[in-house]
Amino acid sequence: MYSTNYHRASSLKDAQALFKKAGDGKFVSGGQTLLPTMKQRLAAPSDLIDLRHVKDLKGIKVSGKKVTIGAATTHAEVATNDKIVKVCPAICSLASHIGDPAVRHMGTIGGSIANNDPAADYPAAMMALGATIHTNKRQIAADKFFKGMFETALKDGEIITAVEFSAPKKAAYSKYPNPASRYAMCGVFVADHGKGDVRVAVTGAGNDGVFRHKAMEKALAADWSPEAVASAKVNEGDMLSDIHGNEAYRANLVRVMAKRAVAAAG
Amino acid sequence: MSTVSTAVNGKSVEAVQADVDPRTLLVEFIREHLRLTGTHVGCDTAQCGACTVHMNGRAVKSCSMLALQAQGADVTTIEGLAKDGALHPMQAAFHECHGLQCGFCTPGMVMSSVQLLADNPKATEQEIREALEGNLCRCTGYHNIVKAVQQCQAGGVPANA
Amino acid sequence: MNDMTQTDLGPIAKSVLRREDQRFLTGVGMYTDDVALPGQTYGVFLRSPHAHARIVAIDTAEAAKAPGVIRIFTGADLAEAKVGGLPCGWLIHSKDGSPMKEPPHPVLAQGKVRHVGDQVALVVAESVLQAKDAAELIVVDYEELPAVIEAVDALKPGAPQVHDNAPGNLIYDWEIGDGKAADAAIKKAAHVTRMQIHNNRLIPNAMEPRAALGVYDAAEDHFTCWTTSQNPHVARLVMSAFYNVAPEHKLRVIAPDVGGGFGSKIYIYPEEICCLWASKRAGVPVKWVADRTESFLADAHGRDHVTTVEMAFDKDNKITGLKVDTIANLGAYMSLFSSSVPTYLYATLLSGQYNIANIHCNVRTVYTNTAPVDAYRGAGRPEATYVVERMMETAARELGMSPAELRRKNFVKSFPHQTPVIMCYDAGDYNATLDAALKAADYDGFAKRKSAAAKKGKLRGMGLSCYIEACGIAPSAAVGSLGAGVGLWESAEVRVNPVGTVEILTGSHSHGQGHETTFTQLVSERFGLPTDNVQIIHGDTDKVQFGMGTYGSRSGAVGMSAIVKALDKVEGKAKKIAAHLLEADEGDIVIENGEVKVAGTDKKLGWHEVCLAAYTGHNLPAGMEPGLKEGAFYDPTNFTFPAGTYVCEVEVDPETGKTEVIQFVAADDFGTIINPMIVEGQVHGGITQGLGQALLENAVYDDNGQLLTASYMDYAMPRADDVPSYKLSTHETVCPGNPLGMKGCGEAGAIGSPPALINAITDAIGNNALAMPATPARVWAAING
Repeated sequence: MYSTNYHRASSLKDAQALFKKAGDGKFVSGGQTLLPTMKQRLAAPSDLIDLRHVKDLKGIKVSGKKVTIGAATTHAEVATNDKIVKVCPAICSLASHIGDPAVRHMGTIGGSIANNDPAADYPAAMMALGATIHTNKRQIAADKFFKGMFETALKDGEIITAVEFSAPKKAAYSKYPNPASRYAMCGVFVADHGKGDVRVAVTGAGNDGVFRHKAMEKALAADWSPEAVASAKVNEGDMLSDIHGNEAYRANLVRVMAKRAVAAAG
Repeated sequence: MSTVSTAVNGKSVEAVQADVDPRTLLVEFIREHLRLTGTHVGCDTAQCGACTVHMNGRAVKSCSMLALQAQGADVTTIEGLAKDGALHPMQAAFHECHGLQCGFCTPGMVMSSVQLLADNPKATEQEIREALEGNLCRCTGYHNIVKAVQQCQAGGVPANA
Repeated sequence: MNDMTQTDLGPIAKSVLRREDQRFLTGVGMYTDDVALPGQTYGVFLRSPHAHARIVAIDTAEAAKAPGVIRIFTGADLAEAKVGGLPCGWLIHSKDGSPMKEPPHPVLAQGKVRHVGDQVALVVAESVLQAKDAAELIVVDYEELPAVIEAVDALKPGAPQVHDNAPGNLIYDWEIGDGKAADAAIKKAAHVTRMQIHNNRLIPNAMEPRAALGVYDAAEDHFTCWTTSQNPHVARLVMSAFYNVAPEHKLRVIAPDVGGGFGSKIYIYPEEICCLWASKRAGVPVKWVADRTESFLADAHGRDHVTTVEMAFDKDNKITGLKVDTIANLGAYMSLFSSSVPTYLYATLLSGQYNIANIHCNVRTVYTNTAPVDAYRGAGRPEATYVVERMMETAARELGMSPAELRRKNFVKSFPHQTPVIMCYDAGDYNATLDAALKAADYDGFAKRKSAAAKKGKLRGMGLSCYIEACGIAPSAAVGSLGAGVGLWESAEVRVNPVGTVEILTGSHSHGQGHETTFTQLVSERFGLPTDNVQIIHGDTDKVQFGMGTYGSRSGAVGMSAIVKALDKVEGKAKKIAAHLLEADEGDIVIENGEVKVAGTDKKLGWHEVCLAAYTGHNLPAGMEPGLKEGAFYDPTNFTFPAGTYVCEVEVDPETGKTEVIQFVAADDFGTIINPMIVEGQVHGGITQGLGQALLENAVYDDNGQLLTASYMDYAMPRADDVPSYKLSTHETVCPGNPLGMKGCGEAGAIGSPPALINAITDAIGNNALAMPATPARVWAAING
């Protein structure tokens, strides 16, 4: 790791002030991706501004169907939250399979979304749930937030404060983990919001990060059944290829995971 | 340099202080500054779990956080698990089930196993195996580690007896 | 299963709980990185980012000025100091009689780098972070050269040359057996099974990364090196004999607690030499600890064979001939024992458990621009077993015979059995382990389970593997005649103290095997002493006079045999003293339960009384020296031959290609067992490494020689939820070659399990064309291809 400075922000305002003062600052929450990246000297922020202790970023609110999750909420907290599980168990289940237990105790939803790793789980959930990403400056629809691998709509110094979504009628996430890293080799989140509003988001498999699969959405809107997506066309040209699987294999996984997610959602 | 102070293995926050380079990892603080060398480093990518400690009662990977992130926290390492010279029931179960060989992954494995049963006291074999996915062991093939967790779960009674 | 009882006395064949556990469980084990010396500094190696390049210039000026930097060393410094290169310790001759091509293997690169991770410079600084910061400031001007990665490519005309004096990258072209006879058998055969087999390259991944701490004591003109070694005496010998750093009598090598080895810590690597040498040059202790990426890049890798094989059968389905052609990739340099692995540890096992009259094997080894390859758990024997057992299963399918019955028909049934490839099997009962494994696996009920799985949309398969291996390593004279540079005996010393406590100094080294417990059981049983009165000392060249270390499943069969020999001498002397004191005939003295008795009388002395008498010397038999301390060297009389049958049952998800190992049964013959609990642990770990090889693990370089699997993000290690609990049993035939009848158990699991798994998956999917590792993507392609 290169030299860096550490600051623990006490409030959002404090965090912004610290960021402004820093030469090349970076916000850190759980740090479960950032710290290993810094250890490998692949990132070299001059200052780390720790958001994990900012009160405004904590907490889970469920009112009716509306779910709001503070950005500094850990994966473990989402996984075990008894309010969310009543309205949207799919996201609890997703959170319970991110990384491993120790990673889930540190890693946060805000950090995961801000990083937008192409194999991360949460971006698929945000897209499929039609979530709104709240920042200290504005609100951004998930569809507009994720912009390819590791790219988001966040501007320099902008801080995610919470995510908000309306619980769908039914939803499920089906993930096929990479045999080595256990990140998603393919993860498909399906959500039926009612009135023909069906969303299918795919992570891990695409060559440009998380994406919505419109053909599957259309098929499911017409017929919410595993069979409806089983033979959906997945463009191999849009898939990643690496030592763990080529484009054809990943395209197959997208279909299979979609099918299983629909079956799990019921 | 920055000052870090944490409560460690029953010693108070005030008692455990050191000046560190801000990029010092929690595991480096524990090993190099506190000379508690039971916590090990087995990888660079937060996969192997040899560095697992408890922070504020939750298992975390001490190689993937800065010491300063643990400022003011209550940290328990493998050295703090046994009380008054008596092994923690999980440590005893690992011994009785031959859940360790070279011993290098053992501290992290034990810390994760303690967390596992705290979270899920009735974990099935499959759940135990899944909950240990963040800890690599190259010696035991996990067979006896799983047995140890099951034995601890059963209050020290051998699982397959 | 073992009974897990713990007793105060440690009789043989009891699952005594391990005495080493306490320190590991409470975090007070002492691994190399845990040693902290006053004034200790830290070494970081700058490594080559290129697979093959000429070093035009190295500029360390900026780096030398960086904060905390003490010294920076490059290849030029080592050349000037005449520090020697790394040797290969086993000389193989090609079939034309020429010696293997062994170009220099410099400690720090001289002029060229030959694999990504090749070490170029050592930075010594006050902290690791400072050393890493400074290493980035070193400017190396590389002229990139074309690289060759795959063994088969290395032999092609026009391939890039890894070393100038190894034309065509060929190290040696070696053969064993009778080629004409094998050809004739194939020509006459009623059936010939043919396969192309790739044994995938693995990275050992002991959980403790390698480390070294060198310190020079100017007052004593003496060096000490703490290092992660499986054989510290061999390390000292090599360091002193070949490197011109420290002579043997002025060098102490300590291998303290070592966190797993699996072969990767046998070899002497550049890093410990550098740290040791630099400690004198820089005048400070120098510690280096590999990070995991360095382990991936610079630890010796394992396996990597490409093999073409033909197996001939007569009309009764008896094997009449076997012809094998193997190309083995040894990487950029020859590691310490690399040459022996694809030859004497591989081709000599190609007869398997079978009576095969005609065998021929040709082996070509090659240099490539990849990390050196050497012995990894099993070393040659997994490769041989994989060839033989994939062939047997495939042949059975082709012949329409039950895989179990084809094997049974061809088993060696009488002993000793001389194979056509050197080995003389001394004892075994292959039917017994086959029967036991089939029964435990409910072989007969498989069809029912397969159809039940099919109803769930899963493909169920079963695969067998009847392995044999050779352990302990052979008589020193024999291995010497085959090219080994060292003897393969073991030594032990038994020091009995005046109060009757016993210290055992052994040349074996424990890095997870539980020697402190097992060896104590042996001693405690022998004299009826409480285990607390026995101490096992190992891993320190200043304490133990000499030793060959632990690898090749040898610490029981060879290491304990040396202890037995020394105990025999101690017992002999103790009996003489007791006979003298009790005025009895020496032949009537028995030692049991801590007492030295005259058989058939009530005359006796406490063990401690006899020991004290030995040290007071007040009343000893005429001419006897005082003291009670004996040493012994034990040279094996033959290899030992553990063998067994493994049965694997899997379910494959045809939609994703994912394999679930449903059941894994092992029936092993390890000869005499001292501690069943520890033996089972060895088998659990071995099987898991074997399943790792077959299902998950693969070292992959891209065409430019960049290691794509350089971290756990891409190198798939077996995790707890990748494997099941195992069903084990043991079936003993006593090994006639050593005093305890032991065969060894450390490697069997890794040797026997890969073919069982691949045989099961190919059975499940109905496609035999499947290479290791059987990743979901590959299995899916095999199903849909």
